[in-house]
Amino acid sequence: MSLLGEDIMTEEGEFVINIGPQHPSTHGVLHLKVWLDGEMIKKVQPHLGYIHRSIEKMSESLSYRNFIYATSRMDYLSAHINNQACALCVEKGLQVEVPPRAQIIRILMAELTRLSSHQLWWGCTGLDLGAVTPFFYAFREREAVLAIMEESCGARLTQNYCVPGGVMYDIHPNFQNRVKDVIKQIKSKFQEYDDILSGNVIFEQRTKGVGYLSPEDAVSFGCTGPTARGSGVSCDVRKWFPYDGYEKVQFKEILETGGDCYARYMVRMAEMKQSVYIIEQLIDHIPEGDFQAKTKAVIKLPKGEFYQRVETARGELGVYIVSDGAASPYRIKYRSPNFSNLSALGHMATGSKIGDLVAIMATIDLVIPDVDR
Amino acid sequence: MSLFLEISFSAMANGLHNWLAGSISNATLVSVTEMAIAGVSLLLFLVPLCFFLGYMERKVAAFMQIRLGPNRVGPKGTLQIVADTVKLLFKEGLTPNASDKFLFNLAPIIVVVTSMLAMAPIAFAKNFQIWDINIGVLYVSAISSLAVIGILMAGWSSYNKYSLLGAMRSGAQIVSYELSVGLSLISIVILTGSLRMSDIVASQADGWWIIKGHIPVIISFVIFLIASTAEINRAPFDLAEAEQELTAGFHTEYSGMKFAMFLLAEYINLFIVSAIAATLFLGGWMPFHLGNWSFFNNVMDYIPGSLWFMGKTFLIIFIIMQFRWTFPRLRVDQLLTLEWKYLLPISMVNVIIVTMMAIFGWHL
Repeated sequence: MSLLGEDIMTEEGEFVINIGPQHPSTHGVLHLKVWLDGEMIKKVQPHLGYIHRSIEKMSESLSYRNFIYATSRMDYLSAHINNQACALCVEKGLQVEVPPRAQIIRILMAELTRLSSHQLWWGCTGLDLGAVTPFFYAFREREAVLAIMEESCGARLTQNYCVPGGVMYDIHPNFQNRVKDVIKQIKSKFQEYDDILSGNVIFEQRTKGVGYLSPEDAVSFGCTGPTARGSGVSCDVRKWFPYDGYEKVQFKEILETGGDCYARYMVRMAEMKQSVYIIEQLIDHIPEGDFQAKTKAVIKLPKGEFYQRVETARGELGVYIVSDGAASPYRIKYRSPNFSNLSALGHMATGSKIGDLVAIMATIDLVIPDVDR
Repeated sequence: MSLFLEISFSAMANGLHNWLAGSISNATLVSVTEMAIAGVSLLLFLVPLCFFLGYMERKVAAFMQIRLGPNRVGPKGTLQIVADTVKLLFKEGLTPNASDKFLFNLAPIIVVVTSMLAMAPIAFAKNFQIWDINIGVLYVSAISSLAVIGILMAGWSSYNKYSLLGAMRSGAQIVSYELSVGLSLISIVILTGSLRMSDIVASQADGWWIIKGHIPVIISFVIFLIASTAEINRAPFDLAEAEQELTAGFHTEYSGMKFAMFLLAEYINLFIVSAIAATLFLGGWMPFHLGNWSFFNNVMDYIPGSLWFMGKTFLIIFIIMQFRWTFPRLRVDQLLTLEWKYLLPISMVNVIIVTMMAIFGWHL
């Protein structure tokens, strides 16, 4: 009767479904092989490599100015923060002082990026759990943030605004006013976000106690960012290893102890408010001065190894450069937050239902191009 | 106006019957012809209705999601859904190689036919009814539970694991929620003492059941709304076609007109459950009356019964549409927990209270 054989079970008598690489809830080309027992998940195995572009290898033949641009295509939702990490790493090698104005602009842009990334995540979480409307609410504010990006950086998503020594251009004259407007708008909408999703009974049922990750497991899987902070692991790079002047800014590291999807959700919701708080502190105090330090046209890092970590919207991004003194890096390695966070997915999802798998994937906020690079 | 419509429908029906009986001597042939005419006129009613519901759903969704909705094809986008239907008509209706082809092609037909059959006893206005059968309520609940066979068939024959999971979920869901739907319908049947739709509407001449029946009837109305939303597989109970989990659930493999049939059935079912709720709880085509305000009552009487019926039905449709665009989806175990641990016990107790109300005459 059929070409594939009549039995839908494997030879071992297991029911296996392939979620992805084309699937509405994997948000990219992630391929999950899921072993099922009815609705229960027995095992999850992520298969990677569908969007591997060998960014690390490619960077070895690019100059120190150019390799930064490729990182926008890794975690495209926190493109600016990725650029910042690379710029900081090169600056470390060059031992360049970044002008204070450039530092503040970088932080402002980074927090705007974090805000827009979390807004997209919030909309997608609603979407994954079956509520379509939050997505549109999230995009309403995200659009305003991206418009600011467009005005100052020239791009909405892959900004490429950071260069070794500072930022590429000065901010647009409208920047401060527009940021203030957007912040005002976003602050007034937080209540709306809570009303439509956070306070919903069905949403709480779907997320509370789902996808538990203990602090020990979070550490041993190498989870960072909101995924680990939802389990109560303090790991905010901005607090522990401040860069670009984060030590001068006041903000709280959000920690939840639940370890479930709801805790991770609450961490991100609170982080949005913290980002707004950081922006409010800085927006009126952008110092005058240069936006870029003087660097040579062809950058050559001294022989050695350089490492810089930053906090992206998803966790800790590490940039490791090995230099042999030439105009392009000898070897580059990125420690991407999503790869480590994804590794905990199987552990969290085992024993739960298919619907939970989607909720867990939503709350660890995967960006697949960052997993594969 | 109202009188004109109602008289004209029954006069038309009677005239047609007499004419057919005069020209065709065989009585069986007469009723078969009458049935065919009723079926065709039902189709002529249903297709524009589904177009309108599709348009309404998009506009309601757009309204809730700060968008404009369809506004390009035709005036205010009204022809968008027609354009979509034309597109679906021209699409290739794929049948997967590994599927059970007979069942695969039969399933959408069963789903549509069952939902069309359930339209028969619905009273649109006084004497405006296709079939005033004496077991109307029972008939509707019996026929609508047949739809699960079509869904199971679609999921099983598609030879797709997602479809199979969707069909499995759908089976568990519809069988469970059927109970609550039935029990909340029974509470009105107990109060009325009849399963006939026209009797149920007539019993509400002095007030709708939702007002006359105090809190127990309000409870069964709410339970009916929740359970019937689950029975017609609409969000937040759309687990059978949960997009983010099962891509499209039981109709993953369907395309073209076969897919459109499922969509058509979904909208017909939406209309039917809303019409049943309007008939049983909100008085069907009975106008709204207020005690002794004779002037107010006369004004209300002037509005045609069919308008009253449609108004009430579309109010409920509007509410059910708002559910879809507000709530996240439940998980499959939570869905069953809601039914077996909450709705079913509540409606059981509720039926006992309603029975006592009916025996002691506590209702208004």
